[in-house]
Amino acid sequence: MQDRTGQSIEAAAHRAAETAARQSYGKLVALLAARTGDIARAEDALSVAFAAALADWPKSGVPVTPDAWLLAVARRKLIDEGRGRQVRSLASDHLRLLAEEMEETPDVGIPDRRLLLMFACAHPAIEGGIRAPLILQTILGFDAAAIASAFLVSPTTMGQRLVRAKAKIAQAKIPFRLPDTSELAARLEAVLEAIYSTFALGWADPSGGDARLGNMAGEGIWLGELVAALMPDEPEALGLLALMLHSQARRPARRSEAGDYIPLATQDTALWDATMIEHAEALLYRAGAMGRPGRYQLEAAVQSVHAVRRISGETDWQAIEHLYNALWTMTASPVVALNRAVAVAQTRGPAQALAILDELEQDPRMAAYQPYWAARADLCAKSGDIAAADIAYQRAIGLEADASVRRFLQAQQARLLRN
Amino acid sequence: MQYMLMLYLDETRFQTSDKASLERIHGAYNAYTEALKTSGVLVGGDRLKPSATASTVRVKDGKSSVLDGPYAETKEQFGGFYIIDVADLDAALGWAARCPTTEHGTVEVRPIWAM
Repeated sequence: MQDRTGQSIEAAAHRAAETAARQSYGKLVALLAARTGDIARAEDALSVAFAAALADWPKSGVPVTPDAWLLAVARRKLIDEGRGRQVRSLASDHLRLLAEEMEETPDVGIPDRRLLLMFACAHPAIEGGIRAPLILQTILGFDAAAIASAFLVSPTTMGQRLVRAKAKIAQAKIPFRLPDTSELAARLEAVLEAIYSTFALGWADPSGGDARLGNMAGEGIWLGELVAALMPDEPEALGLLALMLHSQARRPARRSEAGDYIPLATQDTALWDATMIEHAEALLYRAGAMGRPGRYQLEAAVQSVHAVRRISGETDWQAIEHLYNALWTMTASPVVALNRAVAVAQTRGPAQALAILDELEQDPRMAAYQPYWAARADLCAKSGDIAAADIAYQRAIGLEADASVRRFLQAQQARLLRN
Repeated sequence: MQYMLMLYLDETRFQTSDKASLERIHGAYNAYTEALKTSGVLVGGDRLKPSATASTVRVKDGKSSVLDGPYAETKEQFGGFYIIDVADLDAALGWAARCPTTEHGTVEVRPIWAM
């Protein structure tokens, strides 16, 4: 294919395969794996189909429905594999696949089973830490190395954990189905948590210095939108999406042009994304009307209170304290306690807030928890305890991984000691 | 499990940096070292003098030779190390990410083969 036409056909075929991969990867994996429960085999079959597409489409042109084409080839591959095996369960998988292929007519469209796949990936039998990586790989098609880098884990380890988790889903027969009403809330919580941790990874890198991490926030929102669209009557799914959109709306304001860290309190609200905030508010309103409050709705409500500042110029800390009180009752999480203390510092002064932090210090996890030390430093400084503030700043600086936040904290510490 | 965090950075950056930014980066290293200590993971570590002070010794066919300079001429030079004792590689990678070297260089993490 040296001539110009050949090259452009090839490029078009490449683009079509790539577009199909991005848009329908998860859909196709979900569909192929839903019956057999074997995600790894589904992924293998699909990668064979994508390779076949890249070889075939430049010659015969991109099919009208690339998804259906890829699905047919992948299924054929799974069926061929099934023929070669004698194991009874695989033989029955094989029959099911054949039946499925005969039943389906090409114009019916591909049923969306991604939600079922997500529930399988976030099943309680799957270790908590691998749920989000598993969803990123199966729904979005990320490779293990990219996921490992985002989660700060070695690529080999991440690869092994993903393989083990998929083997567990297949061997333990973790079902691809929506949980019963009785367990839906708890199981949905695990799915949402996996999505939120994906988003949080990207949000932790607002400078966008790491393109991959910046993407993670976008991928988290994409997954959140998917779940909100597939489960429109679940207020927590809407709440999570609202929370992520509120946070993402402030992205442009979180760093100066020189790359310096700008804390929420001093951000230029004109830089916040108004469209995103309005979308978040509408979602939160819809969720609230369902009368089933939850963690993500409350967290989104906190962000909603902060968002009001762009209109009123003020922050209603009393409202934020109330919301964190409710969250504290619900979760008893030390992270919530820390945020509650920051709100209390505004409503009742730094001494009261430091009392909350003193209690929190009993928790051994606080020793290496950077936000705890940054908050403590700020509160000590506000209450005039320069020596304690200095120690806490030093600790926060030593634990910080983001260069611009580190610089900010160092400047705060230097200013404290100068005065 | 012990890991060595090997810090690679471009030495010329320090020669061209102003006093204020040198002080800031030293402060960052001090804070980081203290955080390693207070978290109870620090085994040891030191900063090395510039790679121009290095000598390299080789023995071939019973004949030794000494060369001026580091083992390899690279853009980033080996400039210091920390040895930490943590539960697993994930924890070691977490500490490596907090190392101020990441602002301008690279941190290599290697498990230590106990002798």
